[in-house]
Amino acid sequence: MMTTLVVSRVSPNRVGAVVNRNVGALRSGPAYWIVLVSGFFEPLLYLLSIGVGVGALVGNLTVGGRTMEYASFVAPAMLAVSAMSGALSETTFNFFFKLKYMKTFEAVLATPVRPIEIAVGELIWAIVRGSVYTAIFLVVMVALGLTSPVGALAAFPATVLVGLGFGGVGMAISTLMRGWQDFDLLSTGQFALFLFSGTFSPVQNYPAGLEILIQVTPLYHAVELVRGLCIGVIEPSMLVHVAYLAAMAVGGLWFAARRLEKTLCE
Amino acid sequence: MIFARGLVKRFGDFTAVDGIDLEVAPGEAFGFLGPNGAGKSSTMRMIGCVSVPTAGELRILGMDPVRDGTRIRARLGVCPQLDNLDPDLTVRENLTTYARYFGLSRAESRRRADELLEFVQLSDRAGGKVEPLSGGMKRRLTIARAMVNEPDVVLLDEPTTGLDPQARHLLWERLFRLKQRGTTLVLTTHYMDEAEQLCDRLVVMDGGRIVAEGSPRALIETYSTPEVLELRFPDGLDANPQYAARLEGVGKRVDPLPDRVLVYVEDGDVALAEVHRRGLTPSSALVRRSTLEDVFLHLTGRTLVD
Repeated sequence: MMTTLVVSRVSPNRVGAVVNRNVGALRSGPAYWIVLVSGFFEPLLYLLSIGVGVGALVGNLTVGGRTMEYASFVAPAMLAVSAMSGALSETTFNFFFKLKYMKTFEAVLATPVRPIEIAVGELIWAIVRGSVYTAIFLVVMVALGLTSPVGALAAFPATVLVGLGFGGVGMAISTLMRGWQDFDLLSTGQFALFLFSGTFSPVQNYPAGLEILIQVTPLYHAVELVRGLCIGVIEPSMLVHVAYLAAMAVGGLWFAARRLEKTLCE
Repeated sequence: MIFARGLVKRFGDFTAVDGIDLEVAPGEAFGFLGPNGAGKSSTMRMIGCVSVPTAGELRILGMDPVRDGTRIRARLGVCPQLDNLDPDLTVRENLTTYARYFGLSRAESRRRADELLEFVQLSDRAGGKVEPLSGGMKRRLTIARAMVNEPDVVLLDEPTTGLDPQARHLLWERLFRLKQRGTTLVLTTHYMDEAEQLCDRLVVMDGGRIVAEGSPRALIETYSTPEVLELRFPDGLDANPQYAARLEGVGKRVDPLPDRVLVYVEDGDVALAEVHRRGLTPSSALVRRSTLEDVFLHLTGRTLVD
């Protein structure tokens, strides 16, 4: 009921204007492109060094009754990571900067635009940015034979969902940040997720307690969903992953909008 | 345009605005005058529908700011105290981007941006970034941005604070034109000359309350005298209160400051003659017209407020 009330008041026009601001900022300077490019290369380098490099030592891997090259196992995880970090860098660093230092949102809130519309617009922009990463990454995967074109097409919408989930939560976290020091904590958390979410080895290989712990964390769901689609193993349990990521997106958005209103409209 | 009764804003235990009443008519230039912390900005934020009143009644353009915030903001122009222009965008994009928040089309946004850049004399900087602009230029751009939706009311929070005299005069002149077009202006300031230049009517705020209200002239008539006699004496700083005692009765009121003694009088020259008649020999004597500053300091005191 609450949600429908809020959603019905969101104007696509005003959300578009929020996105439009970011398009303008992207166009008007070269600095932004550098940030964009750097975000793409990190997962790609991991894929090449660990997936292909270490993969040559590891050999084939059998997961859920299917045997595959190690690189094919790692690549979808790197894709999910790419979707995560693309959305996060936009909704954490950039969002925080606009919120705290540039006072961008303060200026926007003097217009008819509402906090929820800022949150939705910023999230959409984060997805646009993240999708550039993931689309290129998928092309690389297909070119290296790490997934089929069909798998890539199926995985793409999943990466959008991953971006929405992490973007929503990232934005919510940004509204709680006190200063740049807090971002160190965030990067540490992000790195821990990156290493232990079934990215480089199947979670089934972990001790039971740890396995359960990992299944609670978000990147695990992102990796499992994207990997399943890339390697063509479709299971009903994927709906759990979808629900988990969707909940992150909606919860994060709602929280971020509430916080924006609290801090900027007091 | 704006109507408030018993308007209150509290932040926790702190009461920023303590029950004020005011009314602003269409086309009027209305000013909030007061020292720092008087509650001017808090009041402006409530009028700008970005801050919810704690208590009291507030109507803007006949609407309720809590329920119709979006609709009201669509018809307001806001120039905040600190420039929050977008450094990632060009001067022109700052206007076009802002116009889009009001739902204007791309073409219309561009048309208005060019027109407004002309109005605030920034056309030659249109394609440049915001950062290299001078303080006065930034302020003009912020005002142009506040006008992009052709607002019925423009809210200006200390529009000329920190600007050099040339920049201030240019800004005043632009604001005066805006007023001539029939736009209602609501501004805060602690500059007396600004209030006298721009405001048809103003309220003096202190400690969250309105302590005086009227036109600049009426306020001077009510709270001051037509002229002020400023006397300096050669005997050093501590002697002024003693001189003040000897000046009692020369004018309506005597105000000894550390460096000079102010005598509030009907006629400065007559008063000066009386000073000499009493055998006092000031090292300098200056007769000047009363200003809003005299009213302001009389009403809000001389203690420094930070």
